[in-house]
Amino acid sequence: MKQDVVVDLSDLPMNGSGTASLTWWGTVAFMLIEGTGFALMISVYLYLGSLAPAWPIEAPPPEWGPGTGVTLLLLASLVPNVLLSRWAAARDLRKVRAGLLIMAVFGTAPLVLRVWEFMALDVSWDSNAYGSAVWMLLGLHTTHILTDLLETYVLAALMFTRHADNPRRFGDVQDGAMYWNFVVLTWLPIYACLYGIPRL
Amino acid sequence: MSARIQDDQRDTDLADAPLDAALRRVWDTPRGVWGALATVDHKVIGRRYIATAFVFLAFGGVLALLMRWQLARPESRVLTPDLYNQIFTVHGTSMMFLFAVPVMEAMAVYLVPLMVGTRNIAFPRLNAFSYWMYLVGGILLWGAFLVDMGPDIGWFAYVPLAGPQYGAGKRVDIWAQMITFTEISALAVAVEIVVTVLKQRAPGMSLDRIPLFVWAMLVTSFIIIMAMPAVMVASTALILDRLVGTHFFNPAEGGDVLLWQHLFWFFGHPEVYIIFLPAVGMISSILPTFVRRPIFGYLPLVLAMVSVGILSFGLWVHHMFTTGLPRLGESFFTASSMAIALPSGIQIFCWLATIWYGRPVYRTPFLFILAFFFTFIMGGMTGVMVASVPLDTQLHDSYFVVAHFHYVLVGGAVFPLLGGIYYWFPKFTGRMMSERIGKWVAGLLFTAFNFTFFPMHVLGLLGMPRRVYTYQLDMGWGGLNLFVSLSAVVLAAGFLLFFYDAVRSARHGEPAGDNPWGAATLEWATASPPPSYNFARLPVVRSANPLWEDDGVLPVAGGLRVDRRELLVTTVGDALPEARESSPRPTIWPLWSALATTALLLGSILTPWAVVWGAVPVTIALIGWFWPGGRKEEES
Repeated sequence: MKQDVVVDLSDLPMNGSGTASLTWWGTVAFMLIEGTGFALMISVYLYLGSLAPAWPIEAPPPEWGPGTGVTLLLLASLVPNVLLSRWAAARDLRKVRAGLLIMAVFGTAPLVLRVWEFMALDVSWDSNAYGSAVWMLLGLHTTHILTDLLETYVLAALMFTRHADNPRRFGDVQDGAMYWNFVVLTWLPIYACLYGIPRL
Repeated sequence: MSARIQDDQRDTDLADAPLDAALRRVWDTPRGVWGALATVDHKVIGRRYIATAFVFLAFGGVLALLMRWQLARPESRVLTPDLYNQIFTVHGTSMMFLFAVPVMEAMAVYLVPLMVGTRNIAFPRLNAFSYWMYLVGGILLWGAFLVDMGPDIGWFAYVPLAGPQYGAGKRVDIWAQMITFTEISALAVAVEIVVTVLKQRAPGMSLDRIPLFVWAMLVTSFIIIMAMPAVMVASTALILDRLVGTHFFNPAEGGDVLLWQHLFWFFGHPEVYIIFLPAVGMISSILPTFVRRPIFGYLPLVLAMVSVGILSFGLWVHHMFTTGLPRLGESFFTASSMAIALPSGIQIFCWLATIWYGRPVYRTPFLFILAFFFTFIMGGMTGVMVASVPLDTQLHDSYFVVAHFHYVLVGGAVFPLLGGIYYWFPKFTGRMMSERIGKWVAGLLFTAFNFTFFPMHVLGLLGMPRRVYTYQLDMGWGGLNLFVSLSAVVLAAGFLLFFYDAVRSARHGEPAGDNPWGAATLEWATASPPPSYNFARLPVVRSANPLWEDDGVLPVAGGLRVDRRELLVTTVGDALPEARESSPRPTIWPLWSALATTALLLGSILTPWAVVWGAVPVTIALIGWFWPGGRKEEES
C-alpha cells in the first residue's frame, strides 16, 4: 500500500514513565487479578462462617499480639515506601539505593513476625474448615509479602550495578513501590476479617 | 540495501527497501532451534497457539466419537464404565480448557497487535511463557489419560466425588493442576491483551475507532481477569483438601460441598462468555467485509458486549437450581439469566440490519456466520428455557442440557471461529483456503451438527441422563442414539475435510496478496503473512474503517528508531502518541521459567514440600528473565 507520512514521532521520549509505561499497566492488571483472589478468599471465609453454628469452630479467636504487630509494621513501612517512590520519580540514585535497603528491612520484619502470627491462630489447617480458611487466607497474603520482598532484594542488588542509572530502573522501583502499597492495603480487610469476625 | 545502520538511526530518511532490511535485522526471529524456543514474535506464538488448540480439538473429537460408538446401541460393551468416565471428563476438559479458551486468546495474540497497528503484543516474553505453560498443561492431561490416569470426575469436578474420600489416586490432582497451568497461561494472555489494547493502539485509533474484535477481546480479557481467580482458588482448595488435609469441602468438619459449586460456577459461567464474546467480535469484524458496508450500530454493539461482560457474573447460580438454594435467590438468577438475552438480542439485530442494508457476498466465512445465526439462536432459546427453575429441575443433567450447551458453544463459538479461520488464513499464511472445499465444510458441519445434537433435546425430554456409559434396551432410546452416532461420524468427516483444506492450502493455496477480501481493518494494510515487524511505518488512523476511507493511501507515522525494537505507546482514550517504547528481543528465559514452574506444580501433586524446593529454580529463572541485558532496548 502507498504510504504517506503524516505524523512525526522523533521527539517522543524513549520510554514511557507513569501511566505511559506498559509495566505500570501490567502491574495494575496483576493487582486486579490478585485483588480478586483476595476478595474471593475473604468470601470463602465469610461463607463458611455463615454456615457454621459457631465461628470460630472449636478454637479461640486468634490472639491480637503478633497480627497487630504485623499490621503496625506494614503501615509503618508505607512511609519509607512512599518516600522511595518519590526518590525514584526524582531519579535520585543515592536515595533510591538507601530506600531499597530500608524497604528490604521493612519487608523482612513483618515476614518474620508472621511466623508467630501463624502460631497465634491457635488452630491447625487440618483441624476444621475454620482452620483451613484462616491458614489459606494468611498463607495467600504471606506469599504476596514474600514475592514482593524477593523483588525488592533483586531490585536493591540491581541498583548497585551498572544497570542502575536508567529511567527504566527508576520506573521499576516505582512499580515495585506501588505493588507494596497494594500488599499493605489488601492486608487491612484481611486483618479485620481474621481478627474482627471471630469476636463479633 | 546494506547501508550501515547508525546508532539512533530513524526510519524517516530511509527508502522502503533499506527500511525493510534494517527492521528485519532487529525484528526477525533467528533461525534454528534456539530461535524457535526463544521467539517472542506474537505471530509465531499465535500460530503455534492456534495449531496446538486445533490439535486438542481433534483429540477431543476422537473421544466424542468413542463415546458415540459406545452409545450407538443399548448395553454396548465397547468401553468399560471407568474408561467412559475418563473419556467424557477428558473430552469436556480438553474442549473447554485446552481448546475453546486458548484458541480464542490465540486468535487475539495473532490478530490484536495487527488490528491496532503495533509491532508486537505487550509483554512478549510473558506471551512466550504463557504458551509453554499451556502446552505443558495439555500434555499433562493427555499424558495422564494415555497411562490410564485420566481424571474421571467430569469437567467441573464436583466434590465430594473429587474430594479425598471418593477421588482416590492422583487422577483428580492431575485435573486440578491442569487447571493451574491453563489458568496461568490464560491470565497472562489477558493482561497482555488489555495493555496492548489500552496502550499500544495506532495514533488516532480513539475508543470509537477500535475494531469490534479488539473490543470483544478487551472485554473478554477483563472477564478472564475477574473470573479465573475463582477457579484457581477452588482448585487450590481442592488440592489442599486432598494433599494436606484441609476441610474446605468436608461437611463433617465445617466445610461445604456447595462451596465448590459456587466457586466453580462463579468462574464457569463467565467462562461461557469468555468463549462466546471473541466469536461475537469475529462476526462483527468479518460481516462488514462480506456485505460491503460498515457495521450497523457500532456503539450498541460495544455497549452490548460490555453489558454481557458485567451480567455474566450474575448468572452462576443457574447451574445450581437443583441444589436446594433459597427460592428468592433462584428467582433473582432466573431474572438475570433471562436479562442477558437482551444484549445478545441487540447484537443479533445489529447484524441483521448490517446484512439487510448491505450487498451480501456468499463466500465461506459468511456461510459460517449464517450457520452461526441459526445454531446459536437455537441454543439461546433453550438457554432461556432452562433459565426457568421448574423446567430446569426436570431437565437438569439430562441430554437436553448436553444439546443446549453444544448448540451454544459449537454454534456460538466454533462456527464463527471456523469462519474466522477461513477469513484470516490468508493473513496467517499468505495463501487462500479453497472456496470449493470451504463450502462443503460449512454445509457438512452445519447439517451434521444439527443432525447430531438436535435429537439430544428429544433424548433429554425422554429422560436420558448425561454421563451414563450405557442404557437398557427397554428405555426406547436406541433408535435416536444410533441416528446421533451416525450423524457424529458425518460431523467428524466435516472436520476432517476442514483440516485437510487447511493443511493443503498452507502449501498449495492460491497466493492471497495483502488484502484479498477488500477488508477495512489494519491487519490487511500489511503483507500476508506480515513481516516480523508488522508495519514498516506505524499506521495513523482517521476513521473506524481505515482501509475503506483513505483511497489506497495509508497515512503513517515516521520517526521511530530502526536500530532497536521500537514501538509506540499512546494514550488510553484518544490514542495520542506518548512515548517510543522498546520491545524485548528473543530470550530463552520464559522457557526456563515455564519448565521450573512445571517442576514445582508437578512436584506438588506428590508432596507439599515441592512448593518449597521448587521455588528456588523458579526464582532463579525469573531473575534471569528480568535482569537487564544491556542491549539498545534498555536505553531510555
